[in-house]
Amino acid sequence: MEALNIFVKSIFVDNMIFAYFLGMCSFLAVSKNVKTAIGLGVAVIFVLGVTLPINYLLNKYLLSPGSLTWISPSLAEVDLSFLSFIIFIAVIASFVQLVEMVVEKYSPTLYSSLGIFLPLIAVNCAILGASLFMQQRAFPSLGIATCYGLGSGVGWFLAIVSIAAIREKITYSNVPKPLQGLGITFIIAGLMAIAFMGFMGINI
Amino acid sequence: MAMDKKIFTTPIIKSNPITVLVLGICSALAVTVKLEPAIVMGISVTLVTGLSSFLISLIRKTIPNRIRIIVQLVVVAMFVILISEFLKAYVYDVSKQLSVYVGLIITNCIIMGRIEAFGLTEKPLPSLVDGLANGLGYGLILVIVAFFRELIGSGTIFGLQVIPQSFYDAGYMNNGLFIMPPMALILIGCLIWIQRSFQKEEKK
Repeated sequence: MEALNIFVKSIFVDNMIFAYFLGMCSFLAVSKNVKTAIGLGVAVIFVLGVTLPINYLLNKYLLSPGSLTWISPSLAEVDLSFLSFIIFIAVIASFVQLVEMVVEKYSPTLYSSLGIFLPLIAVNCAILGASLFMQQRAFPSLGIATCYGLGSGVGWFLAIVSIAAIREKITYSNVPKPLQGLGITFIIAGLMAIAFMGFMGINI
Repeated sequence: MAMDKKIFTTPIIKSNPITVLVLGICSALAVTVKLEPAIVMGISVTLVTGLSSFLISLIRKTIPNRIRIIVQLVVVAMFVILISEFLKAYVYDVSKQLSVYVGLIITNCIIMGRIEAFGLTEKPLPSLVDGLANGLGYGLILVIVAFFRELIGSGTIFGLQVIPQSFYDAGYMNNGLFIMPPMALILIGCLIWIQRSFQKEEKK
């Protein structure tokens, strides 16, 4: 039940884009049409769903204070948490690179639809952000951390697909010239964020 | 030297990383509720961008192309860890307010963007200048947005009350919406609007 709660909450209440502004760059750059937005969104869900459990285990058994006791009790004093940035980002970047190479080799069709987005994802703040939030909030179990990762991914997917749909339609409307393109996109995102604030306080 | 000056001045306004190139918005908006964290964030990003661009430029001939993203991320992560430890030691309150967003400097697209576009091809010193200038351009936008959000949202600047008590007595209220995330997006949208309408006049 708690896992479901975290899942739903991370989609709507703690939405990566509208509550924390994470992954904004690719959100704005790749939301010109719905099809590519779906591709990137799926890739983000996938990468989040895999890297978050890996980072959770690393955090639990390697990084957080006193976590090295499983090697020997004398290491209880060691605190490696200052290394977490570098370890998390290394996991994410190498995973992304690995997936890209594997997909390129074995499934060219998938590569042509998903592959171009993969390098973009390594520097997507939503991925690293989710890992850092996971560390900060100290989730109790692996399952819940995974749910959080998947939920954040789905939330991000939802946001980018809906803004892409709005941007497709907005090309037909009469926007003041200097505001066209980027400016209006920001304002739409702001309005969508206000709408998402309506989900605040959901609890299952 | 004239060349160097140009490298320094264009990124601040003409090709400002946020309003023109749309980079680094990810971690930018969340720290602009108050002026103080915004300034700290601006300085940190400036330092990281400049230094990592400098370092990458020094070793640019030895990095294999295939794994360059990982190498870049590790270099950036190293500087971010330094900054984060420094903030924790000297300005603990601010580092607490910034929470995960200090770590997210790693995935700030400005840094990666400048390294890819400039550091990888140019000599170390111009890269350093270019990185610093881009960081300053980013900081400038942060400070502008933070100024308005703090002034309208909580009636203070740097935590000092600037809107006199008599205003409140006469029925003036702080606009709570400015503290919420959506307003940051809308404010940046308006900034872009203003900047683009001026630039168009220049061209005429």
